[in-house]
Amino acid sequence: MSMTDGPTPLPEAAAAQAAADREAVAAGPGSSVTPERRGRPGIFGAWGEKWNALPRQQQWAFLIVVVILAYMLPLINPPIITTEPGNNFALACFDMARFALIAVGLNVVVGYAGLLDLGYVAFFAVGSYCAAMLTSPDSPFLHIPYLWTIPIAMAVTMFFGVVLGVPTLRLRGDYLAIVTLGFGEIVRILATIIPAMKGQVGFQNVGHPPGTEADGTPIFSNSNGVPWYWLTLTIIIIITLLVGNLERSRVGRAWIAIREDEDAAEIMGVPTFKYKVWAFAIGAAIGGLSGALFAGQVGFVNNQKFDVTTSILFLAAVVLGGAGNKVGAIIGGALVSYIPLRFTAIAEYKYLIFGIALVLIMIFRSQGLFPARQRLLAYGRTAYQRVAKKDGASLPSNGKPPTGLRPDRDREKGIQA
Amino acid sequence: MLPLLVHLPPMENDWISFDVPSLMENFWSATFDGLTFGAIYALVALGYTLVYGVLNLINFAHSEVFIVGCYAVFFTLSNLGFGPSAPRLDIWAIILNLLLALVVAMIASALTAFVLERVAYKPLRKRNAPRLVFLITAIGASFTIQYLIYLWRGPSPELALTMFRPTPIFDVFGTIVDSQQLVIIIAAVIMMVGTERFIRKSRTGRGIRAVAQDPDTATLMGVNKERIIITTFVIGGLLAGAAALFYVMKIPSGVQYSGGFVLGIKAFAAAVLGGIGNVRGALLGGLLLGLIGNYGQILLGNSQWTDVVAFVVLVLVLLLRPQGILGSALGRSKA
Repeated sequence: MSMTDGPTPLPEAAAAQAAADREAVAAGPGSSVTPERRGRPGIFGAWGEKWNALPRQQQWAFLIVVVILAYMLPLINPPIITTEPGNNFALACFDMARFALIAVGLNVVVGYAGLLDLGYVAFFAVGSYCAAMLTSPDSPFLHIPYLWTIPIAMAVTMFFGVVLGVPTLRLRGDYLAIVTLGFGEIVRILATIIPAMKGQVGFQNVGHPPGTEADGTPIFSNSNGVPWYWLTLTIIIIITLLVGNLERSRVGRAWIAIREDEDAAEIMGVPTFKYKVWAFAIGAAIGGLSGALFAGQVGFVNNQKFDVTTSILFLAAVVLGGAGNKVGAIIGGALVSYIPLRFTAIAEYKYLIFGIALVLIMIFRSQGLFPARQRLLAYGRTAYQRVAKKDGASLPSNGKPPTGLRPDRDREKGIQA
Repeated sequence: MLPLLVHLPPMENDWISFDVPSLMENFWSATFDGLTFGAIYALVALGYTLVYGVLNLINFAHSEVFIVGCYAVFFTLSNLGFGPSAPRLDIWAIILNLLLALVVAMIASALTAFVLERVAYKPLRKRNAPRLVFLITAIGASFTIQYLIYLWRGPSPELALTMFRPTPIFDVFGTIVDSQQLVIIIAAVIMMVGTERFIRKSRTGRGIRAVAQDPDTATLMGVNKERIIITTFVIGGLLAGAAALFYVMKIPSGVQYSGGFVLGIKAFAAAVLGGIGNVRGALLGGLLLGLIGNYGQILLGNSQWTDVVAFVVLVLVLLLRPQGILGSALGRSKA
């Protein structure tokens, strides 16, 4: 067959069989970061299976309860969970939400596309400085309302993501790791040595969203974590939904293909470079978004807040939760922030603890607490349930594809992509 | 166009300003200092290059292998009575002490590299883990060692340690080359030439090249792959230990828990610049990066610009010539 012929169309039955085979392969051991993932679902994995078996309505009902509880968290201030007296619980909640948002962003890069970004804090810093330099009275630039800085911060960090990504993403993934590691440090150094960035003096009185209480104090004050927590939680929900949609789209399938085997993806016609740059840029934008939120809440930005070591905490959050699983990333992010705040006795050792945790997780359980479930992202829920029930058994003999599964169309799309 | 750029408005000067006269004035001293730093980068870069050549892995923890060597130098020499002021010993006693420190540092670094390989990387290799897992383990291991040192020694740098007073040796274009610069450059170059010859000529070196070329075929031909890998890590560790001695010699108060991190990135940039996996490339890249960094630092007027310049060089090399100046691949270097 010559290159120009294109694929020979399969008869429908054969096509359905091929699709079923692909599903079986996708569901099988090779489907994720580690080969043995399927073999050891673990406690959380078992929960995941049960969760997937629930009907859609029950899942939504459960999720709504969880979301309401999450919103109520700082108001309830549950006795054992609370971080007080050591740390204000509402502010701790904001910090957890901030880490969760960062983890969702980093998860796009590390979890979906399998690219190692070790300088994520740099994007966070760029976002913070964007918000600070456009709202703080200390900066000579034009001043705009705080809420406008959020999209600007996202656009600027996205731009940085593309500038860093284009030279490095053409090469093997390792280069991205070291370049981002360097970038994380360079942003901090530049903030120190460029006079306009004001080094340690920093920018005071960064703006915040509008609105005042009855007595005239702003709702979004630095000391009150609750409104900031709600804002961040809302943003997390929106971002998670958007990222979830991307994950189930052609983009998400391309990312997962790249992560599993970049060469194979390239051969199958996935424009790997383009999608890698997208993943990196989207991750960067989410980092910038969380940076802008952080700058607004703290109200003060200087060069001391953006250690490259913090990036490793972010990475630990994603890896701990389970790379490639957005719920895992949210929980991992919240945990990495929560543990040192709750157990203040070990807060000093947090870097050591999470460093050791990274090595141990990688050696013994590289799928994290919540293994990713992208078995059948490409084919949707119906197909997943059919295959999950049969678990490797072949499709009905008439070979009709299940509803929502159109193998020939998908196949062509895949080839053209 | 250029004269316009020189008269920048004041706002622009808040960002970056260039000090060309200062560079002209200090050109030769910057050159010799740059070569000295470059020699140190090159020694560390060899560790990255060798491991990358054999395993295709960026060993992020190599910077910590180096910093362990720095601490070994610090403890050895301070126990031998060295301190912030130059020692009152005759030259042979100093040489003997420094040699002892060199040996201790090399052993300490090699041991760290050995343990690292056994504890962190070998279990993954046995399981045939994906690359991402290796990289995350590497950075986690680096982080762990760094914070173990932090908990042990605290955040501030150790006391300065002067090994000997640099004496002027000769004069080039009105700039004095001192004994310290000369010792570092000559010793580093000798070590690198030795490593290069070892890899080219010895039986083990042939094994290293074979594994770098094709691990499976090498195994079939009777090369013990595991032994070769561990040897590569140990050679990298030995060179990092030597680099640690020269580093402390050059920057007496540079022993700090986080000291290896930026140097590691610069050394990796040097390895990529010369061509990663290429032993001669590491030397060339190190020296070039030392020069570029030092010129940049004087041109831009703050010592921290060295790191920024090194990083920009790394990105530019990746953009323009990712295989490096001399081309990559340890296996394909001439037999």
